[in-house]
Amino acid sequence: MTSAILTGTPNILCVSTRTAAVASYTRTLSRLRNTFGTSCSLTRARSLRETALIRCTSTAAVAPPQASEHQPRQANKFEAVIGIETHVQLKTHTKAFCNCKSLYGDEPNTHVCPVCLGHPGTLPVLSKEVVRQAVLAGLALQCQIAPQSKFDRKQYFYPDLPKGYQISQYDVPLCTAGHLEVQVGKQTKTFGITRAHLEEDAGKLNHSGSDQLSGSAYSLVDYNRAGQALLEIVSEPDMRSGQDAAAYGAELRRIMVFLGVSDGEMSEGSMRCDVNVSVRPLGQQQLGTKVEVKNMNSFSAMQKAIDFEIERQVTLIEAGSGEEVVQETRLWDEGKQATQSMRKKEGLADYRYFPEPDLPPLEVSTSYLQDVQASMPQLPAEFRRQYRELGLPAADVLVLADELPTAQYFDDVLAAGAPAKPAANWIMGDIMAFCKESKIDMSKLQLTAPQLAEMVSLIEDGTISGKIAKQILPDLLQGKGSKGVKKFVDQKGLIQVSDPAQIEAIIDTVLAANQKQLKQYRAGKTKLQGHFVGQVMKESKGRVNPALMNKILMQKLNAK
Amino acid sequence: MKAQLLLQGQCAHTTARHFWRKQLSTRRCSTSARCSAIREAQISLHRRECSAGDILEQHLHRLESTEPMYHSFLSTNTTAARAQAQAVDQQIAMEGTDGLGVLAGIPIAVKDNICTKGLPTTAGSKILQGYRPPFNATAVARLKAAGAVIVGKTNMDAFGMGSSSEYSDYQSAIMLGTAGGSIRQPASFCGVVGLKPTYGRISRYGLIAYGSSLDCIGPLTSSVEDAAIMLTVMAGQDSHDATSSATAVPDYAAALQPLHSLSSKPLAGKRIGVIAEMMQGGTAPGVATAVTNSIKHLESLGADIAEVSLPELHLALPAYYVLAVSEASSNLARYDGVRYGLRHPAANLRSMYNDTRQEGFGEEMKRRILMGTYALSAGYYDAYYKKAQQVRTLVQQALNKALEQHDLLLSPVAPTTAFKIGEKTEDPLAMYKEDLMTVHLNLAGKLIHRLHAQCTANDRTG
Repeated sequence: MTSAILTGTPNILCVSTRTAAVASYTRTLSRLRNTFGTSCSLTRARSLRETALIRCTSTAAVAPPQASEHQPRQANKFEAVIGIETHVQLKTHTKAFCNCKSLYGDEPNTHVCPVCLGHPGTLPVLSKEVVRQAVLAGLALQCQIAPQSKFDRKQYFYPDLPKGYQISQYDVPLCTAGHLEVQVGKQTKTFGITRAHLEEDAGKLNHSGSDQLSGSAYSLVDYNRAGQALLEIVSEPDMRSGQDAAAYGAELRRIMVFLGVSDGEMSEGSMRCDVNVSVRPLGQQQLGTKVEVKNMNSFSAMQKAIDFEIERQVTLIEAGSGEEVVQETRLWDEGKQATQSMRKKEGLADYRYFPEPDLPPLEVSTSYLQDVQASMPQLPAEFRRQYRELGLPAADVLVLADELPTAQYFDDVLAAGAPAKPAANWIMGDIMAFCKESKIDMSKLQLTAPQLAEMVSLIEDGTISGKIAKQILPDLLQGKGSKGVKKFVDQKGLIQVSDPAQIEAIIDTVLAANQKQLKQYRAGKTKLQGHFVGQVMKESKGRVNPALMNKILMQKLNAK
Repeated sequence: MKAQLLLQGQCAHTTARHFWRKQLSTRRCSTSARCSAIREAQISLHRRECSAGDILEQHLHRLESTEPMYHSFLSTNTTAARAQAQAVDQQIAMEGTDGLGVLAGIPIAVKDNICTKGLPTTAGSKILQGYRPPFNATAVARLKAAGAVIVGKTNMDAFGMGSSSEYSDYQSAIMLGTAGGSIRQPASFCGVVGLKPTYGRISRYGLIAYGSSLDCIGPLTSSVEDAAIMLTVMAGQDSHDATSSATAVPDYAAALQPLHSLSSKPLAGKRIGVIAEMMQGGTAPGVATAVTNSIKHLESLGADIAEVSLPELHLALPAYYVLAVSEASSNLARYDGVRYGLRHPAANLRSMYNDTRQEGFGEEMKRRILMGTYALSAGYYDAYYKKAQQVRTLVQQALNKALEQHDLLLSPVAPTTAFKIGEKTEDPLAMYKEDLMTVHLNLAGKLIHRLHAQCTANDRTG
């Protein structure tokens, strides 16, 4: 029956890439699931067997890459050229050109006014805080800040664009010529930033029926977002792989969050990335045809999309059957794990840019720049440098300096006197796991940084063992250590036994009760050491100092 | 005088003119100069000779008798106006006249392209059919704060695009709102005082935008003093308008000297330049005569009159039109039927846009939107819009230079005297030419005061 259904459906698939094959099996799998319902268990192997109809018919078919999935196939012949456009929603209280609050997720059309709704007779007035945050971001990206920049109208019609034009900056943007240093794998790479400019966001459309305007019975517009300040950051086309791009995106996001100018929530849309991908034969100067890819909701999606797109373009070019790469916009389809062409455009849009007559030129003085520079918070790169100097391994440095709450927490723990590596271990391990599971920010932990520092120092001086610490950690995380960790430990009677005499006594008791195993151990079954350790721990309710205990135990075991 | 009679004869359908003439004939003071209607009202209220309610009723009565013929109002606000007048009277009863705003009880008509909260505001266009703004224009808010009583909204060419109110979609004539010459031309054709202040002097917030870098609000009044009073009330920086000027607002009316205090040669030492190019070519003989007579009058008052040549000005009209229609095409993009005003329901978005704008915009509007879109489009921007901006700079420079050598510049407001309805609508270009004499000053953002040919003392130009 299975094969009957399968032959019934047209699934002679032309696949020339491994990713496409994976994609096609996923589709087949879901088709089968739909057919049989979820009661039937379909394993990957089974469905691949059943769909033996997957044939490799493309003339451009090449063997799947021998190396790991991440190595770009075109490393031999082609080079990818990638540029990224990032829209960062600035975290200002109000919108860019009116006093409406810029908040996410509230009831539709509750943060609107005549200005951001584009009522007749209304005028935009630029918010000072928006300028400050944009300048801060530009300086953090090592950009040149234009002493005088201007606004322009970008004109087109769409229901989410109230005025029929977007206020943006066209030919004289606020920031130019910056760069970003990024860790990609083991290398440090520098990616250029062409420009960063201010513009306003559009509203949001909710379609009923389909995911597009056409095909929906009706669409609703929410203008809460219309008029919110955006900083559009355009990179130089310096990236060469999905990995480069993801690393760039992650560091850019990190900087914006550390600066306090953005939430960096790609899922909420407070940061959006579009990429431009083209390929050219290695050694060629001239750029290939550029394809824009949109709709990636995370950096991993971005990486996959770019890698997919590179493959697709190389395939087309190598096929050379006249199917050249077309300049177009494609959407990343998370479900299909592929880029899909949007409706083919009929040529480039003409936005009829002209200078915005309602806004005077934006002037930024040298003294203003100095003030903003002086107010700049510490950037991720500086955090990483400091952590490296503490002697922490590279992997630790990256984790600790990845998110601002983590870095700040770690700094606070250090400031309270804890040694770096142990503190780092606790944070990267149990603390981060707890935060992730309970979905809370590290800055909101009930186990405050000084408390953690105290706990670490109690371990260091032997008052408690690491094991005890792990035991009491859940309580501390619930805030039970608020009167002091030592007090809590005392209360619970968990202070570690470090007196050699006491330990010896316990060990002797255990050895006496385990004569049989002792004989076996001394006969050569050294694995039984673990058994003794376990017994001692049980006897002492886990309170013995492990290092001391082991030392004495080994002495005793190996005596005679 | 001859000039005045000529104007009288040609002016068949002038609404405001008739309205104001009647008012003046009942209010002429002993001096033959125009009296300030505002000052008269202030005195009457102070002396308790009449109430704010009385003043309003007088105006409403006249309105009722003239409206059937002239259709100068698109909407009237009688209930609210009466309430506003009553509030003034109550304040007088309780606190006396000392704390009253300078415009307390003064009835004012607002041109329909200026937003008045809760009152229909359509800019004379069908596309804003039924629109009631949720806010007041800053200029209106300031007038109301000074105690003015808003009587209603006056008719106009759709979005202020014409010189004659003939292009109004609500077919069938006072304060405020000009991009080209719509303060000065009606004033000129109707024999009243029209003041277009320097761009940025009065906030544009609430003025329905046509040409953003050209639009201005200004008063149309029966006397210079009234214009000065209103300007003082409305002017000043506005946090809602980033292009409004931060320059301090003097008391313009206080700077006016009463006629009787002037010497026989009050303009002695003032240098007046008559713009040569404006007196040439297609200027009607009636106009030329009126200006010549004005010049003679000014000379008799002691002024030094000289001719000034500004050859750049012949480029001003085409440059103005490119800029105005370009900005207008952009400013009118928001009228799409989505959020307010007219919406023509349709099966899909494109059709809704098309049908709404097809129905809502008149011929002239469509013409200008098309021209503006063309001028801004890729490949044409440099040749038209950018070029026009460069011409604009030249015009500004020329005018500024001339104003270094002269205290004020003189020219007629229009090349012809008042024309009859229907006379010019056949030829759009002829209508555009009516703007010939005003646009260069809009381009330069200059203050212009349009005075009746029967000049009074104390012009002011910036």
